Amino acid sequence: MTRTLIRNRLALVALGVLALLLVAAAFSPLLAPDDPAKQDLLARLKPPAWSDGGSLAHPLGTDQLGRDLLSRVIYGSRVSLLVGIGAALLAGVVGAAAGLFAGFRGGWLDRVLMRFADIQLAFPSLLLALAIVGFLGSGLWNVVLVLGFTGWVSYARVVRSEVLSLRTRDYVTQARATGVTDLTIMRRHLLPNVLPPLATIATLHIAAAIVAEASLSYLGLGVPKETVTWGSMLADGQLYLGTSWWVAVFPGLALMFTSLAINITGDALRDVADPKAYRR
Amino acid sequence: MTPLLELDGLTKEFRGPGGARTTAVDEVTLTVEDGETLALVGESGSGKTTLTRLLLKLLEPTAGTVRFEGRDLAGLSAAELRGIRAGMQVVLQDPYSSMNPRMRITDIVAEPLVTHDAGYRGRAARPRLRERVGELLTSVGLAAGVQDRYPHEFSGGQRQRISIARALAPAPRVVVLDEPTSALDVSVQAQVLDLLAELQQRHGLTYVFVSHNLAVVRQVADRVAVMRRGAIVECGATADVLGAPEHPYTRELLAAVPRPDAYRARAGATGA
Repeated sequence: MTRTLIRNRLALVALGVLALLLVAAAFSPLLAPDDPAKQDLLARLKPPAWSDGGSLAHPLGTDQLGRDLLSRVIYGSRVSLLVGIGAALLAGVVGAAAGLFAGFRGGWLDRVLMRFADIQLAFPSLLLALAIVGFLGSGLWNVVLVLGFTGWVSYARVVRSEVLSLRTRDYVTQARATGVTDLTIMRRHLLPNVLPPLATIATLHIAAAIVAEASLSYLGLGVPKETVTWGSMLADGQLYLGTSWWVAVFPGLALMFTSLAINITGDALRDVADPKAYRR
Repeated sequence: MTPLLELDGLTKEFRGPGGARTTAVDEVTLTVEDGETLALVGESGSGKTTLTRLLLKLLEPTAGTVRFEGRDLAGLSAAELRGIRAGMQVVLQDPYSSMNPRMRITDIVAEPLVTHDAGYRGRAARPRLRERVGELLTSVGLAAGVQDRYPHEFSGGQRQRISIARALAPAPRVVVLDEPTSALDVSVQAQVLDLLAELQQRHGLTYVFVSHNLAVVRQVADRVAVMRRGAIVECGATADVLGAPEHPYTRELLAAVPRPDAYRARAGATGA
């Protein structure tokens, strides 16, 4: 009883963090105290406001080029959310379609799609993403594309297994006997029933994609250098970890709390979608 | 006159793991005349349900043909087959799993209408659709106003009425009733059977009635086909088959029916 209550409260906090993040991303120009690209070489590597030598002009301090870290963390949320949600949407649409067709039609289509999924799973997904980015070139939309296409497999597998059990339901048999087309059966009878598990995987995937984007940007293969992302901020900051910890720590914290909040929301969603899973 | 449904040498084999073959339906030849009720009886596993799936073309036969209104179902294009499907509807046994729990009754009953008649599609057609669904629900003894509810708000008997309304929606010629009452209480069973008889008279329907309950079959069927291990062992008028069974298996089936007066009969015999 208390456990579910704590879980719910945790989920509420997580949702609050996400709402805050959405606001930050939507209204970055209004919220950020400074231009994230404005350099001030006289104010390089200033510590946060609360330590010695810090000032309220730069609440979280500045980086090696004197850019305001708070502004950069706020602007960085845009890329992170865009990449996370974009990749999850793309993977969700591709994966759900593959899973629906594989599960409902069966036969050779099922075998081909699922072997393809197996092959893709055999590659570490970040390695695959690296290879594709290397081929396509970097850039925001390429990153979304790559992270979307490396993530479809888990959606497809879950949807397929759900569909395998749904397709034998009497109402599906009845729809087929009536002459309802396969596409309509998928849209009307199958898709609504696979949406809850899909939403759960999507939240987990958003978090993973945000971290993956940070990894790619850290390696210099993500979005262009001018675009502020948490990943590239981390990469910048690692050089100064010994002397100016704040440059790397704040984008790192933002990344951590975001993916934590999304994961907790995903867990809560799963509990709602499957009430039996946690009532023990 | 050509029979409404003709099954000729219909066979269905399933391949199990390791390539082992099971013959679920074995060279069934059978005709169903317009307006009659043909009962398919047999124990569970005798192939009754597989046979109905074959005649609804939900399964492809391994051999043999199904003809509906004289047309071989195997040779039809997808569009032709869809047209035929409007004429053949099915009511399934379990009134709980035969409806999508996320859909309202309106949409459940309207599914065949929307599928076969473009005039019922879209937002503009909604009032017309609701009116038709209301009529269908009234014709099976439910209030037209229940159409905004969800399946879980109804009892088993009511759900079976909804299933029947749904089956009637595209004005079919033949309705396959796959054990339509075996999941219901006895009193509700009788009501649903009465309703089916009334609808058959009113709309001139042909029924293929699958059951293992011989008492029900005696009440509703004109002819009976007895199935065992995928094959038809005896077929004829209900009174003949159930009154003077020729095949030992039919006799066995009949002997297995519990008689309501068995105890009294025995008590009378020993008392005398």
